[in-house]
Amino acid sequence: MSPILNISGLHKSFGQVEVLKGIDLTLQQGDVVSLIGSSGSGKTTLLRCVNLLEDFEQGEIELVGETIGYRESSGSQRRRLPEREIARQRAMTGMAFQQFNLFPHMTAVQNVMLGLIKTKRMAKDEARSVAEKWLERVGMEARRDHFPGQLSGGQQQRVAIARAIAMNPQIMLFDEVTSALDPELVAEVLAVVRDLANDGMTMLLVTHEMRFARDVSTKVVFMHQGRIHEEGTSEEMFGAPKTERLQGFLANSQI
Amino acid sequence: MNYDFNFSVIWRNWDLLAQGLGLGLFLAIVSIAIGCGIGLLAAFGMLSRQKTLRWIAVAYVSAIRNTPILVLILFCYFALPQLGIALDKISSFIFTLSIYAGAYLAEVFRSGLVALPKGLREAGLAIGLTELKIKTNIIIPVMFRNVLPSLSNNFISLFKDTSLAAAIAVPDLTFYARKINVESFRVIETWMVASMIYVVVCYMIASLLRRLEQRLAIPR
Ligand SMILES: Nc1ncnc2c1ncn2[C@@H]1O[C@H](COP(=O)(O)OP(=O)(O)OP(=O)(O)O)[C@@H](O)[C@H]1O
Ligand SMILES: [Mg+2]
Repeated sequence: MSPILNISGLHKSFGQVEVLKGIDLTLQQGDVVSLIGSSGSGKTTLLRCVNLLEDFEQGEIELVGETIGYRESSGSQRRRLPEREIARQRAMTGMAFQQFNLFPHMTAVQNVMLGLIKTKRMAKDEARSVAEKWLERVGMEARRDHFPGQLSGGQQQRVAIARAIAMNPQIMLFDEVTSALDPELVAEVLAVVRDLANDGMTMLLVTHEMRFARDVSTKVVFMHQGRIHEEGTSEEMFGAPKTERLQGFLANSQI
Repeated sequence: MNYDFNFSVIWRNWDLLAQGLGLGLFLAIVSIAIGCGIGLLAAFGMLSRQKTLRWIAVAYVSAIRNTPILVLILFCYFALPQLGIALDKISSFIFTLSIYAGAYLAEVFRSGLVALPKGLREAGLAIGLTELKIKTNIIIPVMFRNVLPSLSNNFISLFKDTSLAAAIAVPDLTFYARKINVESFRVIETWMVASMIYVVVCYMIASLLRRLEQRLAIPR
């Protein structure tokens, strides 16, 4: 069986600055991989490349065996795929953002329904029942008719996660989904992520919550200056970090 | 000063004034609707990545905004026919006011668009929407609600600008007021009543739009 996500030799620059300098990473079905690393090490950029929100110059990303974003055309020239193809491939991954990014003019349930109706072409009734099912799963069924502006940050983030996962993606990408939240709201969101992980969802998540990463991950990846500096299981990474950099990084972050 | 006010000639002609007002409102509504369409296109044009599109949109907006509307009205009605585009008075005025409205509304829409958080578009992309669907389902509805207050001001200005249609003898309120004035010599009464009607109608439009704003406002 092909892996859910296979990244090989990924390079990405912003202008002259190379931000990802050759990333190789593979996620099998059910893997929960945490990306950790200091600010500016390229974690967000890596997730955004997987979701095709950023172009990348070199390397390949495969989702369930399909190369995404680009096609090799004649003379080994890469060409970005047409918008429709990109949109279809993007829908195979679900993304939750640091800033939630809910659609402010729609209620919670409408937020979840939009992609189901417009991308998956579901009928409204079906979309509503799928949306309600997922809102219930994240504990937001009582607030389904509230607008984002009427919800707390933690509640908004749970709706945003429901919106992404309702699309039935192959893999979920989480980018610091708790770092914009007040401390007392972090736990409710992490509980949702943990619940999805326990359910076998494949996920790639960026987090500064080291304790959470340790508990939930099948693999932890430490990034430094655009490269994977060290990777291993939770026990290896938190119990016996090999490189000095990772030791330093862990020493500076509270567990 | 000892002036005998006499409004009877105006009361006798109230139907003309009402008719003129009705036409003015019609002109405003149609032009605003078309102008909103043009304004949206121009706003997206101004923010486009394509240089030519951007150039065309910017040129249109600045050319129109730097020309007095009366000149535009006269140009479209008298000069365009010489170039082979002949429109009747009303169509010509609607054409002019739409183009004029488009340029002003484009500015409003543009600032509304740049004020939107970038994450909105990306959240749309992330659930597999195409750029067009993102625009129609997310960007435009959110932006529109955000700019409604400044749109209201523009709508009222545009309604007042319909009084300039009288310059090409479109029979609006101002046109009939002038006619009554000329025929009755009741200068003060006529223009007093005409001004009052404009004031009252503008006030009514403003409160209608305010109510619309409240209804459409994004709850928080
Ligand atoms: N749009 C952009 N244009 C230019 N440079 C960018 C852009 N986005 C990110 N960068 C740069 O790329 C590098 C990696 O950024 P990235 O956001 O991926 O880091 P990160 O690991 O997610 O950091 P953080 O923990 O602060 O979120 C940084 O040096 C950043 O300044
Ligand atoms: Mg980041």
